[in-house]
Amino acid sequence: MRKITSKLYIALVFLFLYAPIFVLIAYSFNESKSRTVWTGFTFDWYVKLFNNEVILKSLANTLIIALIAAVVSTILGTLAAIGIYNMKKWLRTAIVNITYIPIMNSEMVTGVSLMLLFVALNIDLGYFTLILAHITFCVPYVILNVLPKLRQMNHNLYDAALDLGCNPIQAFRHVIVPEIMPGIVTGFLMSLTYSIDDFIISYFTTGANSQTLPITIYSMTRRKVSPEVNALSAIIFVVVLLILLIMNFKDIRDSAPKKRRKGGAA
Amino acid sequence: MSKKSKYAAVPYLVWMVIFILVPLILIGVFAFTTTVQVDSEGNVLTTEEYDTYVADLIAEYDEIGEDYDINELLENDDITEKTVFTLAHILEVSKYSSVLINSAWLALIATAICLVIAYPLAYMISRMRESRQKLALMLVMLPMWMNFLLRTYAWMTLLEKNGLINKLFGLIGLGPFEMINTQGAVVLGMIYNYLPFMILPLYSVMTKIDSRTIEAAQDLGANGIQVLGRVIIPLSMPGVATGITQVFVPSISTFIISRMLGGGTNMLIGDLIDLQFLGNAYNPSLGAAISLVLMVFIILCMSITNQLDNEDMEGVLM
Repeated sequence: MRKITSKLYIALVFLFLYAPIFVLIAYSFNESKSRTVWTGFTFDWYVKLFNNEVILKSLANTLIIALIAAVVSTILGTLAAIGIYNMKKWLRTAIVNITYIPIMNSEMVTGVSLMLLFVALNIDLGYFTLILAHITFCVPYVILNVLPKLRQMNHNLYDAALDLGCNPIQAFRHVIVPEIMPGIVTGFLMSLTYSIDDFIISYFTTGANSQTLPITIYSMTRRKVSPEVNALSAIIFVVVLLILLIMNFKDIRDSAPKKRRKGGAA
Repeated sequence: MSKKSKYAAVPYLVWMVIFILVPLILIGVFAFTTTVQVDSEGNVLTTEEYDTYVADLIAEYDEIGEDYDINELLENDDITEKTVFTLAHILEVSKYSSVLINSAWLALIATAICLVIAYPLAYMISRMRESRQKLALMLVMLPMWMNFLLRTYAWMTLLEKNGLINKLFGLIGLGPFEMINTQGAVVLGMIYNYLPFMILPLYSVMTKIDSRTIEAAQDLGANGIQVLGRVIIPLSMPGVATGITQVFVPSISTFIISRMLGGGTNMLIGDLIDLQFLGNAYNPSLGAAISLVLMVFIILCMSITNQLDNEDMEGVLM
């Protein structure tokens, strides 16, 4: 009996989470613009979507900005983590606390504060400011993913590499980087996804010609009825689903050889 | 590693100062300063005094019929702009206290409902078989990865007067109800958007609760409620604290959900700030003052929730 209630409960919550999305997707195949009356099946909205210059351009903007922001944040953040890790405790604590600000603060306040900075410095809002803003909120995620990996690392490995004749740069490349790689990769992927998904901070730091996809979606939803948004949702849903599935399979594949290795060692 | 490697952080430190600290200071500067006109003797002119002064000057020169540049004239008369400290903007925020209270109230309701929905769910997921847990987590995260504008847009469709939900009500002879453009719709939007942010931290602490701890409590004679109150809830407190902040902070400062589902009549702090910077009421000083109040409010709330757990935040943060 308890099992049934718990299953029912889980099903209800997932229904709540997914029903709106599925309704949205279903209506992307609806012939009429109406979101209530079903008039017939069509792919028209998808065709329109792929011919919509504004959407395609903002998609390209989003991807370019995300890639630049993620790469720069990963380099800046990884170096920062190594530096912070080697600092005195009080300094380390202070810097880590400041690094938390963009994560903990309301996105709106971050966006507004950056906008004030760009206006004060007389920088025109556009691609450049967008990239600066995105790097600013991405770097903390890289730092906070790399720092724990440095802490978990065996301190003596680096010294051992030096003793065995590596110079500091070689020791860094061949010993430290492989050890903290999982943190770097997670930080990079998080930066990429947060940058692609960001609306609020971009909204305050973008110019008229540097629209990203979320900003275009916003202006489309302002017009209330636009079935192209439904079609876009459907595509994004499928893409996200695929990425998650691939990640899960990779997880299973990655964990399998590890077990074998452990068994071999025993 | 060598002592020198701490210099690797220098580029980031420069970045951090310019793009994290200076912008926050700028909010303070905008919120606490104003520009005033000062005459040659250093007296501050009120707006009326300044306006009459300018009007007089213009009248005088129009009488002579000479060409003139009003800014040049003011400069000649030693009328200059000066930035001075003021509390006016902060005091002006109190005019909008009803908006502030309303935002905090709606965010609080949304956070409470999220906690009530997510708590049992997170517990149930944490007691599943491991392969099932992975699947369930993936299903929680999937909607989170869709842009929140699309998620909110989905509800716009459903809640409309002739939307799907009202149609379903119509089938059983009820309604139509006025659902969109209400406070209820705004709260629903908050719950729908931020529920996963409550589920995930709760799950991550609950999965660490050893089933044997629960069994031990049961063996020692605790009933279901006692196990919950004395074992599960105390052990899950860090997750509760993180979940509350992760739902409350974006809820209290949202302006999209209220705009899309509240129809512009239910203004929240976020709308107010947006209006001062990118809206019709252009007034960055007031906007900065409201942002500052919001920030202080969030910090206060976070220090309260941090009392719930004394553990390091880093572990539970996504």
